[in-house]
Amino acid sequence: MTLVESTVTELTLKYGKERRQLLPILRGVYEKFHYLSDESMVEVARQLDISSAEVFGKATFYSFLSGSPQGEFVIRICKTIVCDMKNKKLIVDTLENLLKIKMGQTTHNRKFSLCYTNCLGLCHKAPAMLINNEAYTDLTPDKVRQIITSYKNR
Amino acid sequence: MENYITLTIDNREVTVPEGTSILQAAHKAKVNIPTLCYHEDLCVAGNCRICVVEVEGSRTLTASCSTPASNGMVIHTSSPVVRNARKDIIALLVSEHNTQCTTCYRSLNCELQSLAAEYNVDNTRYLSVLKPNIQVDRSSWSIEKDDSKCVRCQRCVRTCSELQHVNAITVAHKGKDMKISTFMDLPLNEVVCVNCGQCVIHCPTGALTERRYYDDIWEAIGDPNKHVVINTAPSVRVALGETLDYPPGQRVTGKMVAAMKKLGFDSVLDTDFTADLTIMEEGSELLLRLKKAFRDKENVALPMISSCSPGWVKYIEHMYPEHLDNLSTCKSPQQMFGTLAKTYYAHKIGVKPEDIVSVSVMPCAAKKYEANRPEMKASGFQDIDAGLTTRELGRMIRQAGIDFGKLEDEKFDSMMGDSSGAAVLFGATGGVMEAALRTVYEIVTGRPVPFKNLNIMAARGLEKIKETSILLKGCKPEWDFLEGVELRVAVAHGLKNARTIMEQIKRNESPYHFIEIMACPGGCIGGGGQPIPTNDAIRKKRIAAIYAEDEGKEIRKSHENPEIVQIYKDFLPEGPLGKKSHKLLHTHYTKRNRY
Repeated sequence: MTLVESTVTELTLKYGKERRQLLPILRGVYEKFHYLSDESMVEVARQLDISSAEVFGKATFYSFLSGSPQGEFVIRICKTIVCDMKNKKLIVDTLENLLKIKMGQTTHNRKFSLCYTNCLGLCHKAPAMLINNEAYTDLTPDKVRQIITSYKNR
Repeated sequence: MENYITLTIDNREVTVPEGTSILQAAHKAKVNIPTLCYHEDLCVAGNCRICVVEVEGSRTLTASCSTPASNGMVIHTSSPVVRNARKDIIALLVSEHNTQCTTCYRSLNCELQSLAAEYNVDNTRYLSVLKPNIQVDRSSWSIEKDDSKCVRCQRCVRTCSELQHVNAITVAHKGKDMKISTFMDLPLNEVVCVNCGQCVIHCPTGALTERRYYDDIWEAIGDPNKHVVINTAPSVRVALGETLDYPPGQRVTGKMVAAMKKLGFDSVLDTDFTADLTIMEEGSELLLRLKKAFRDKENVALPMISSCSPGWVKYIEHMYPEHLDNLSTCKSPQQMFGTLAKTYYAHKIGVKPEDIVSVSVMPCAAKKYEANRPEMKASGFQDIDAGLTTRELGRMIRQAGIDFGKLEDEKFDSMMGDSSGAAVLFGATGGVMEAALRTVYEIVTGRPVPFKNLNIMAARGLEKIKETSILLKGCKPEWDFLEGVELRVAVAHGLKNARTIMEQIKRNESPYHFIEIMACPGGCIGGGGQPIPTNDAIRKKRIAAIYAEDEGKEIRKSHENPEIVQIYKDFLPEGPLGKKSHKLLHTHYTKRNRY
């Protein structure tokens, strides 16, 4: 049994094999591998006995699931107007500088990915970003440096 | 007890059962509301918003297809605000659309085109935001997918899922990036697509079309060294008229033959002949399996399932590869025809098989794929050179400038042109079953089937799965082991119903001996190569035409077709299932991936 097969098996044992469990299972696969490979989507389709196209359709709909390898920590920066007005540009520059990657890229050690996201609903504490499921607000370059350092040491 | 409600649509009062949508209520009030994502065959999606109407007291416009009518509603379907909204929606769709209507195959039969014309949409209202560099997927032998013409109504996705349960295509990504996609956007020939073409006849635009081969046919016709033979499937003659301005359900057999002769085909023959041959082979195969099961007590794959529908064949190869033994080994009538055209026929008329171009006209997209299967070369050449759809033949007739309505009826050429009424039945769901029973019962008992006028009504109609049984009594001595056996049969059409049948077989609970399965809803008359639109009302008309054609034939049983008797005498002297039959008329199947 490959790692993908055993991972999906564990997840289907946990959640069941009904069609409605597709999303929790995809999230589980993503958490384990930090992306959804073709192989893993076919395996989910096989175990739930649905078409692989259907799995692909659902997987591509959700921003928090990705078909290309992502870092362990995905940093999502709000791209909407309030964060823009509160100097989001400076935050992006700081992040790119610290991690030596551009927006949309992943570090070589697969630790961090940088990307934009739609409004996080934290406009009153702009600029804001998410690192995986954790929200960080009222960002300044200094604050960003501290946060990244703490993640680098994890 | 159903509750009824009354509402007013465009100043007309109409009473409908509770739960009726505004769109259906309007239909009842004879008010026409334009639609795009809506299709009678499919569940409501409500994504295109073309069908919006004004409901008095409601702040916003309402999509009529997805909103249930309620008591006392007052609705306006054509007020200025409604018309302007529709116009805007259409203009937005057009702004994303590849509007090269001059070169589009669906031009003049395109729902977006006619809506845009009807609403007098100004093409400059919005800038074109058509995505550049969209590649047409021409990987499949059967289907072309051109995303630049897609309006994302998702009728194809619903078709593939609800009617066929194949789910080869899906809605992928979201927002402006949303598109109809296969798994990982792979080419169609690499995914579970069974080529049935149902997506094609449900597509409102030219985004999904059959791959067209008629230019190759024109080349062949023009080549003096080639002998071009054409054969037409039973269901083409009851639908071709629709592509040439006839109403649905009009039989145009004689005119169709005349038109094909005018187009320049060297010989115009009939797939119905090989449909009769299929019955001889498949009927004999069923009897052989029954003999092994009942007399020899051997382990034999029952129920036997028909193999005429190439969409169905590819479906079972993908979805139930462990049950391929249940499939009859008979080739489809098209492929039997191809093999014989380049052996039996070539020999008789004294033409080298390599100089014969065999063309078939089919109601089908999957037949194109079938013709190109690597195993379909029993004659030593590609048995069928090109499979056209009913629509393509209609197109060729128009291209040639033939005034179809004024043609005098003509008859098929002889040798592989004669057929029985039973063969015609192949065009409708249940037809193969009915034709097979007419022959099998008579082989076993020596008497015609005990139904009035030979009509086996239980096999007819659009019910999802039809089943019946026939008691074998007074069997001939050589079939005495079947005495008193109740031959149980079932008929399914549309792959969703096929799945029900197959799940039953998988659980080992199938009570049947013989099952007919056709990939398309309604059978071949509703095939993926048939005129657009196709819906249940039209299917019923085409089916009625099939039965009328059968009743109009003098010979109505396959084994009584004189050309069939002849071919077994001259060419297949060992009879059905003989060595030569096995080589030429039977085939094998390939296990494929389900996911």
